Amino acid sequence: MAYEFDFGAIVPHWKLLFDGVILTTELTVIGAVVGVGFGIMGAWARASRAPVISQIVGIYVELIRNTPFLVQLFFIFFGLPALGVKLTEFQAAVLAMIVNLGVYSTEIIRAGIQAVPQGQIEAAQSLAMNRLQIFRYVVILPALKKIWPALSSQIVIVMLGSSVCSQIAAEELTFGANYIQAINFRAFEVYFIVTGIYLVMSILLRMSLKVLGNYLFERRRHV
Amino acid sequence: MSEFTLWDIVYNLLLAGRWTVLLSLTAFALGGLVGLILLMIRTAGNPWLVRLVRGYVELFQGTPLLMQLFIVFFGLPLIGLDVSPWVAATLGLTLFTSAFLTEIWRGCVESIGRGQWEASASLGMNFTQQMRYIVLPQAMRIAIPPTVGFSVQVVKGTAVASIIGFVELTKAGTMITNATYAPFTVYGCVALMYFLICYPLSLFARHLEGKFRHVAR
Repeated sequence: MAYEFDFGAIVPHWKLLFDGVILTTELTVIGAVVGVGFGIMGAWARASRAPVISQIVGIYVELIRNTPFLVQLFFIFFGLPALGVKLTEFQAAVLAMIVNLGVYSTEIIRAGIQAVPQGQIEAAQSLAMNRLQIFRYVVILPALKKIWPALSSQIVIVMLGSSVCSQIAAEELTFGANYIQAINFRAFEVYFIVTGIYLVMSILLRMSLKVLGNYLFERRRHV
Repeated sequence: MSEFTLWDIVYNLLLAGRWTVLLSLTAFALGGLVGLILLMIRTAGNPWLVRLVRGYVELFQGTPLLMQLFIVFFGLPLIGLDVSPWVAATLGLTLFTSAFLTEIWRGCVESIGRGQWEASASLGMNFTQQMRYIVLPQAMRIAIPPTVGFSVQVVKGTAVASIIGFVELTKAGTMITNATYAPFTVYGCVALMYFLICYPLSLFARHLEGKFRHVAR
């Protein structure tokens, strides 16, 4: 007997998917904002003249970049309680997102900082600005502007990667899909629709980041 | 009840690690092959086919790898093909890899100057000859560093295959954790093994980047 598709079977459970979209969005927004914040600090540390700090951050970055997100998630959620750090599913998922985006944006922003012309930094030094002022007023905005497209793609990639957070029962979009297919056994239909939702979310996210980039970097030019 | 020593954990993880390596190699090789074919279609320039390849890339870059694996794993049985987790994981990762490699390589081919195409066309070369003798040999040099860099993403991607039940490094880690109740040690070892596979690749990619940047100037 041929299989009959029944996409209608998903409709009664729309609320689960809706809640999932909200949670995935929350994970992404918190991860992106805090992660990029850490990324800026990380890049600052990497560029710092104290080699020890720079090296410690460097090792941390390599450790995270060369291990899978899923394994990091399991380590945080199942492994850390052994050290007495107990986190809820949501907290563990958020932490993993922040750690990942923090590390990737450290590397991306560092590349942007290196691209700021040395002459501008020297000019700022000749105005008697200290290192923090130079970083804050001269370096960081042009650096961010330069690498904004790369940073945006990375945020989208991490948003898509958050689908594995369902494995520690964080109730994001994929978790909703798993839950629905466990109720009505319409696995293919559910995952097909949810894939479509992810596609729309990634397009919307990319667009919003573009708008945000325009707002952050274009306006300042005239000030 | 038998006791697990640290060596037992490491030994069992190493056994499972072979599957991670095998899956990565297979997905990378097949994905490279499909990616190359898509690249040809994309560069040959039939507008409908170009649009199709662009849609393909957009689809696989805009959706989670986990969803792609789920759709292959749950979708193929519906058209009468019974797939094992191994086949589903290989197929899913191949599609994923091909989409990313096509996009990376397209950038490399496009960086070859228009003049090269025109010069070779003026020598009476057809598209295949232009590709074979003029464009690909040059594009390949540029393409090697980012391709090696992307291989790290493929290795990390194989971890997701554990979710559809393919027993590789991550899945083995979960199973051993369930037997030993030592998640900290086990997942620590799992992460370390991924690191030992991925870090040399990262270093190699960076080394190549430095080398080729030097040559390009």
